[in-house]
Amino acid sequence: MAHADPDTQADVEQEPVDDEFEAKVGLSYTLAKVKQDTTARLGMYIVGAVIFLAAFVTIDSNISTLTFGRIDNFVFAENVLGNHPERHPPAAEAETTLPPFFADGGVLSHPLGTDIYGRDYFTRLIYGSQVSVTVGIVATGIGLIGGTIVGAVSGYYGGWIDDVFMRTVEILYSIPALVLVIVFTVFVSGGRPDIQYAVIGVGIAFIPVFARLIRSRVLSVREMDYIEAARASGVRDRNIILRHVIPNSFAPVLVLATLQIGVTILIVAGLSFLGYGAQPPTADWGQMLSSARGFMLPSPWLSIWPGLAILVTIMGFNLLGDGLQDALDPRIKD
Amino acid sequence: MTDEPILTVENLKTQFFTEQGVVRAVDGISFDVYPGEIVGLVGESGAGKSVATSSVMRLVDNPGEIVGGEITYKNKTLVGFERAGDELVPRDEMLTNEEMRTQVRGNEIAIIFQDPMESLNPVYTIGHQLKEFILLNRELDKKAAREEAITMLREVGIPEPEERFDDYPHEFSGGMRQRVLIAMALACQPELIIADEPTTALDVTVEGQILELVKELQEEYGTSFLWVTHDMGVVAEICDRVNVMYLGEIVEQATVDELFYETQHPYTNALLNSIPRPDQTIEELVPIKGVMPEAINPPSGCRFHTRCPDAREVCTEIEPTYSEITTYDGWPHNASCLKHEDVGYDVSEPIENEARKGTEGTEVVQ
Repeated sequence: MAHADPDTQADVEQEPVDDEFEAKVGLSYTLAKVKQDTTARLGMYIVGAVIFLAAFVTIDSNISTLTFGRIDNFVFAENVLGNHPERHPPAAEAETTLPPFFADGGVLSHPLGTDIYGRDYFTRLIYGSQVSVTVGIVATGIGLIGGTIVGAVSGYYGGWIDDVFMRTVEILYSIPALVLVIVFTVFVSGGRPDIQYAVIGVGIAFIPVFARLIRSRVLSVREMDYIEAARASGVRDRNIILRHVIPNSFAPVLVLATLQIGVTILIVAGLSFLGYGAQPPTADWGQMLSSARGFMLPSPWLSIWPGLAILVTIMGFNLLGDGLQDALDPRIKD
Repeated sequence: MTDEPILTVENLKTQFFTEQGVVRAVDGISFDVYPGEIVGLVGESGAGKSVATSSVMRLVDNPGEIVGGEITYKNKTLVGFERAGDELVPRDEMLTNEEMRTQVRGNEIAIIFQDPMESLNPVYTIGHQLKEFILLNRELDKKAAREEAITMLREVGIPEPEERFDDYPHEFSGGMRQRVLIAMALACQPELIIADEPTTALDVTVEGQILELVKELQEEYGTSFLWVTHDMGVVAEICDRVNVMYLGEIVEQATVDELFYETQHPYTNALLNSIPRPDQTIEELVPIKGVMPEAINPPSGCRFHTRCPDAREVCTEIEPTYSEITTYDGWPHNASCLKHEDVGYDVSEPIENEARKGTEGTEVVQ
């Protein structure tokens, strides 16, 4: 191809993609469209950064736990940042609460200062991303999977199945989410609440949101000829729902899920703040806020840092969700 | 008429139970399909053609229900009832829904839908759908299924089938998609293909190509077709025998030549007069005046009497029986019209109806 015809080459360069006939579906197309949108791109970067941090921290803690045992030896935390996020330092090492490095008395080795036990706040903040991202994804995942199954079955079959499923879901919907989750957490954990119960609770509380959305989509998709064609060719109902109905109803659900991750993180942070989520000494943003609330006046930074972390993360997911919504909406042209 | 028919429908009744009342969408129709034959089912929109075909596949959705009649496919009873007390209950040998799904749908009887734009799932590639369909209905492994899918695509005239295999439906034109659907229907080597107005959504040039293709494939594979359409031109082009439906009933049934040249029913006649014919030169086409009545409350007597240009007094009172008028080459020519019965049609007075008042379609006469 070294001696390729210059004319052909020019042609190729002039028409790299013919937009009219380019695929208007698919993940790569959607992502490309999201990238064109400045705010959505910002959201994507924030979400990417938070997920990267969480993944990094998870790998780090797994490696060190496997190597040295629980808590004491986090490679990243111990060696790079010089302070463990969960361990209370011995009294001798313990320093008084340090402010961030730019304030009076701050030191660069603890860039965001230390908490009342002398633990490095920056390390704890970064380790908090692990909890937040896991919580956001797992809880939303529970809601998404549960809601999709309930909504799709309900919408596809209609009749009494629809009535039973949707009325149940509406009862669930009528109970305030926070109350539902607190009661669930306390009962299931036998009075010793922890983060995993809160996550499952929040996931269940979100089933109705997803179920109602996907049901409304399924109601229109099930009337399509290709569903009838699938039935006429002898595809079993389960496969019609899984392979034909759900994939065609999924775009708005994806948008909702992205937005919902932000909401979930906020709710679980709230639960941790109230004492029904992550328990000390776990580094979690909501739990950190909760511990900091007694020191708001002497050490305002202890409240501000986790608050900012929550704010930025949720904003990231919301911007990405909005961007996805625009990208998946065929009425909005680029 | 040497063979046994592969599909026999006798006195099929399908009704929809709505809040306004019972819609008798299909009200006692009988027809059969012999091996290697293309049988037409013609009628206006709302005549019950599509309900009849879904009934054959047992795909009638709530609130619709097959309430009576017999459908036999080869030796299988697709629909069959017996009397138990005052009620009709399904007979034991009637296939269960599960048996319908595994034994009949797709592998014995396939269906091609009207709108090729809507009949392919937009999220999967053409090849994927074709392959899935073959895997589902034939005992082939994945590799063989892929080969078979490509062969079928080539067979229906898709150029470069290997490359087009991985394309999505939106990358195909309407005619191409209809070819894919035909490939899908044929891929499982069914004995009978129900084509539900497969060329209605296509323009005439593509329609012509598709009809040619179907004819070729039909000769090659010997598949029988039940061809649903409202287009008499298509009927003339492709069908061996024709059933004409009006308001849930079959009003005339004959071989295609008989139907066109020895028309026995005024409705068929009216249908033929409403389309241009190469063998006749006329100033203006004659439309069928008026609109089809609701199937909830069909007219008394002959159902066509409200629009029939030949309607007389007696037509409003006596329901015509569907009977054999003549035979041609061993095939019966059936029609249901009082003209052919000895009930005093000749001495009865003509009546004022929509045909004479001049109501045309939706046009309102002040």
